[in-house]
Amino acid sequence: MREDHFRFRSRMRALTDGAVTVLAILATVVVVTPLVAIFAYLVIKGARSLNLSFFTQIPKPEGESGGGMANAIVGSGILLAVASVLGIPIGIGGGIFLAEFGRGTKLANVVRFTADVLNGVPSIVMGLAIYALIVFPKGTFFPFMGHFSALSGGVALGIMMIPTVCRTTEEMLLMVPHAVREAALGLGVPNWRSVLSITVRTASPGIITGCMLAFARVAGETAPLLFTALGNPFMSTSLNQPIEALPLQIYVFANGPYEDQHRLAWAGSLVLIALIVLAVSLVRWVTSRGVLKGAS
Amino acid sequence: MRQFLLARGNSAFADRGFHWLMVLCAMSIFVIVALIVWQLVLRSQLTWEKFGIAFFYQSFANPETHLPMYWDPVNARFSALPFIYGTLVSSFLALLIAVPLAVGLAIFLTEMCPGFLRGPLAFFSELLAAIPSIIYGLWAMYALVPVLREYVDPPLIHWLGWTGLFNDENPTGLGYFAAGVILSVMILPIISSLTREVMSAVPNSQREAALALGATRWEMIRVGVLRNARVGIVGGIILGLGRALGETMAVTMVIGNTPEIHRSLFSNGTSMAAVIANEFTEAVNNVHLSALIEIGLALFIVTIIVNAVAQLLVWAVTRGTASQAH
Repeated sequence: MREDHFRFRSRMRALTDGAVTVLAILATVVVVTPLVAIFAYLVIKGARSLNLSFFTQIPKPEGESGGGMANAIVGSGILLAVASVLGIPIGIGGGIFLAEFGRGTKLANVVRFTADVLNGVPSIVMGLAIYALIVFPKGTFFPFMGHFSALSGGVALGIMMIPTVCRTTEEMLLMVPHAVREAALGLGVPNWRSVLSITVRTASPGIITGCMLAFARVAGETAPLLFTALGNPFMSTSLNQPIEALPLQIYVFANGPYEDQHRLAWAGSLVLIALIVLAVSLVRWVTSRGVLKGAS
Repeated sequence: MRQFLLARGNSAFADRGFHWLMVLCAMSIFVIVALIVWQLVLRSQLTWEKFGIAFFYQSFANPETHLPMYWDPVNARFSALPFIYGTLVSSFLALLIAVPLAVGLAIFLTEMCPGFLRGPLAFFSELLAAIPSIIYGLWAMYALVPVLREYVDPPLIHWLGWTGLFNDENPTGLGYFAAGVILSVMILPIISSLTREVMSAVPNSQREAALALGATRWEMIRVGVLRNARVGIVGGIILGLGRALGETMAVTMVIGNTPEIHRSLFSNGTSMAAVIANEFTEAVNNVHLSALIEIGLALFIVTIIVNAVAQLLVWAVTRGTASQAH
């Protein structure tokens, strides 16, 4: 009787074990399915509507077929350039401070916490804040502004890059062995030169990785541009004027009533995702090699 | 490079200058966050003075239908209630769907997966995290919503309609449910990668001990791994919640954008982020504008609290196990 009970118990345990294994595999399949579906949709729908005029023409008036997103591609380029110019130096500087100067100090902890807070700010709220800071109040900080502009959009994206760049830079610098710094200082190299041309240089592949991750992240952001860059159906390169961006254009076209606009939206998404996948793969390739193994 | 290193100069001055430049960079992060908070508080002042805390729960009677209404830009009467409701419903729905799947995926990847699959699968879930929300939105709008409308909503209405949660004469596919589903896809990689991280931080001796006592693999995972990693897993879940609360574009594109409160998950609703995205550039008056900014401020405060809690939990567990492993 007892033996039967034990046999039953052990069979039940084996069954539970098998059931959990099946469930875990099932969960994995369920997770992979939407990813495959998204990529399949993008490639099939996007490739079908991707042609040369997508890259060379601006959108046609509503309802007309044809046209492209040349203005959005140029606009995204300009916005991302402004964002990088603003976000990358401040981010790297903050990271250098955290790793080289502020290690263990209270100020460093506050800065680190603030960077994490900034990282968690929803992108739509970032749009609101930049609207309130730069776009709306003519004359407070930016007397020449007071309207939607490429500059404000770039600033919003740049601020969103800072926390990622800052924290990766810090992590990468912390991985540089102390002996390297000591060797430089021992040779009488001033501290700032040792930091810039020894420590930062050693960690530079990792720092570049962080910058590219931040870049890939803001490249697809739409919400912070809604009330800063606003969008512009014409080709524009002025920082002082509203400008189009790829994600903004996709949003507008996806909500539009015309089949042709949906087609362009899919093509735009394919271009955007190709850019991001390229960046992420490059990052993975760089980090999987040599010194930075496991650093990503 | 060599010349740069050996060049002479007033290095004490340069050193101090460089130091302060870096401090300036670090402080600017602080200043940016302070500016954001200051602006949000300042610009939402109008609504705060007019409605006070009641902004978050009040409702008004519609003079014609006598039904409650919440969002009346023409008469400048506003309440955040339907947006808070929509955000909470869609986010919790997302957690309900995503958490079991994410934990299952993490268990599979850390404990069961054959080595050759681990790398590609991890890369896949990383990619999922890198897809912009606008692309999720586009996909949800044109691929997910039709599938929900045709194949998912009708059986749910048929079998579970009596609960009142799945009730709609003519489901459009849009609504809280669609928002919850697409959000779950978006937060899955976050939860699962953090779960994976804390599960890998559990020392192998725990697994070996459980196996040595005759545990099956599942018992080993339950007793040896999940029990040790649970605080970190909760941290990952809360981090996913933080992302879901603030998510804008994908939700805006499928939730239906109607400032109403419905019990049925298939009804059109709206969320805090969605209403800001939709109405901000078309705000009809100053009170409307400031009401939207106050919703943004509320969203900001909530996400900060949620993220801080999550980070504390993750930090607590990874720090604890790291010292145990030595």
